Amino acid sequence: MTDTTTRDDSADAAAVATPELEAVNERQKRRRGLWLALPAWVYLAVFFAIPLAIVFVYSFATRNRFGGTDLSGWNLDSYRALGGDLVRAVLVRSVVLAVITTVICLVISYPFAYFMATRSTRTRNLMLVMVMIPFWTNFLVRNYAWYVILGTDGPLSTITETVGLGETRFLFTQTAVVLGLVYGFLPFMILPLYASIERIDGRLLEASRDLYATGAQSFRRVLLPLSMPGIVAGSILVFIPSLGAYVTPVILGGAKTTLLGGYIVTQFLEARNWPFGAALSSVLMIIMLGATVVYFRKGGQTL
Amino acid sequence: MGGPSVTAAVELSGVTKRFGDVVAVDNIDLAIADGEFFAMLGPSGCGKTTTLRMIAGLEFPTEGSLQIFGDEMGTLPPNRRPVNTVFQNYALFPHMSVRENVSFGLRMQGMSKSETASRTSTLIELVQLGGMEKRKPDQLSGGQQQRVALARALVNEPKVLLLDEPLGALDLKLRQEMQDELKTLQRELGVSFVFVTHDQEEALTMSDRIAVMHEGRLLQVGSAEEIYERPSNRFVADFIGQTNLIDGTVADRDTIVLANGSKVAATTGHVAGTSVAMSLRPEAMHIGRPEDIPATHATSSLTGTVTEVNYLGVALVYRIAVDWIELEVRAPTVSEVDRLKPGETASVWWARETAQVVAD
Repeated sequence: MTDTTTRDDSADAAAVATPELEAVNERQKRRRGLWLALPAWVYLAVFFAIPLAIVFVYSFATRNRFGGTDLSGWNLDSYRALGGDLVRAVLVRSVVLAVITTVICLVISYPFAYFMATRSTRTRNLMLVMVMIPFWTNFLVRNYAWYVILGTDGPLSTITETVGLGETRFLFTQTAVVLGLVYGFLPFMILPLYASIERIDGRLLEASRDLYATGAQSFRRVLLPLSMPGIVAGSILVFIPSLGAYVTPVILGGAKTTLLGGYIVTQFLEARNWPFGAALSSVLMIIMLGATVVYFRKGGQTL
Repeated sequence: MGGPSVTAAVELSGVTKRFGDVVAVDNIDLAIADGEFFAMLGPSGCGKTTTLRMIAGLEFPTEGSLQIFGDEMGTLPPNRRPVNTVFQNYALFPHMSVRENVSFGLRMQGMSKSETASRTSTLIELVQLGGMEKRKPDQLSGGQQQRVALARALVNEPKVLLLDEPLGALDLKLRQEMQDELKTLQRELGVSFVFVTHDQEEALTMSDRIAVMHEGRLLQVGSAEEIYERPSNRFVADFIGQTNLIDGTVADRDTIVLANGSKVAATTGHVAGTSVAMSLRPEAMHIGRPEDIPATHATSSLTGTVTEVNYLGVALVYRIAVDWIELEVRAPTVSEVDRLKPGETASVWWARETAQVVAD
């Protein structure tokens, strides 16, 4: 651009080049994001996507006479076996317990999350830490703690016996399983609820009271619909792990209350029927995925 | 304040509101007449919003009595008071359509479906939002949201409408339009509007009466004219409009000694020795050369040096340094030849009654 006579030409060229520069910039931006996300992608692929694909493939395989799995003669036998009575009983029990767990978590968490969201920042943070504290101890250890507490020699039974109510038999019941699940997953309900309630402008509640709503109407018409995203997210976060729970039902439920998680494990480890276990896992996962998509869509609409 | 003989729409007697150690509202007595457009004016944190919220029932007074049309409100919740509020930034329900927002109050009162529908439609038409019933608040402009908030409150036919900085979020042009609309609406409905603002111009143009608040206290209540021309104290004089505050001490009933020792005549209204300020509005002063001072105004004049002249079209704004202070004077535009120029000696004089003497 040393020659002044070419100034007009170069100006034109610059004008033409602009969209191209933008495209280059766009491409660079996209690539930058890709590189940053790469470790996560690799991790997810190796430890999540590939194993999942293996499970899915195994569900079409054949169990041989010796309890091994033949990766040949692909068939749908395992899926046909899903209609069995035992499977249905386990499935129904798992869904019922997961629903009960979710509902109890929701009922307990909502007032707590509301209380927390309406405190001063200091109190709020303190309460958040308190909600998190159980995570500092291993999940398995905490379940064994409940095992001890609920056992016939445990403190709960000792107390009821001393008072004269007799021995309590909580351990190895569905009640014990629900109690353990609620205990374990409560923070997963509290946190999203807290996050969504905390975002709601308090003046909306004042406005509803000003417009003749009673406290209950104000809750029903304003607070509840506006906190729906938190309710949806919390319910998914509690329902899904409850449905597939393994540790808690095994420790607190004993053999009588086998749930899906435990049943699947049995297929792999004891019955040595890998294709059937894989089919169970695949179907469970697809149902959950479908339910999640539907639920999120619905939650998104009520926003 | 000469209270009206009929029952006041809103009456506060000795109302105090404390938040912990902070006194937000300090022993206020106030009566708002039925059908009045009443403004509560003051800088942020002066207690005007807290006062409004107490009328609405969103806060309860720590002490004192609050009556609406003669009924003691006590700790009656907002849903049982015959008032409605237009909130700052409107607080429209984001999950409801315009129609659902407007009909909310009627639905909560359990009004019949047909009555709700017809009253909602009437109000939506009144605020000129026909055709937008199905939109959500986030699909509306600021001005439209403002109208929804108005309709949502007015549909309930409140005895008093409370408005908390209703025009604060709008841009200047829209704000001026809405000022006119609000004023017209209030006149048509004949309902008391109690209106909180920090914008003194807004308060002056819209209100029948204005209450000026500062640090939780009620400083003055009166018409725009009363407050502008006869401010009760230094804060009001300074806050409302522009003014020159000249410090001095009362010498006797008719004389103030200014800080530089010069004596000026004014109706002091305070005992000798009180330190006061003389408030002189920029437009209330005449400007000229020292020899122009009329003999009758010899004791209501000051002389100094012009430091700045600004041309504003209809007016000229002079800044004149007088010993220890700088005065702002607004005078009709004169041709450039006749204008005083920076550096020239200039005198200002004023009619005695335009000088307001205010104490702190």
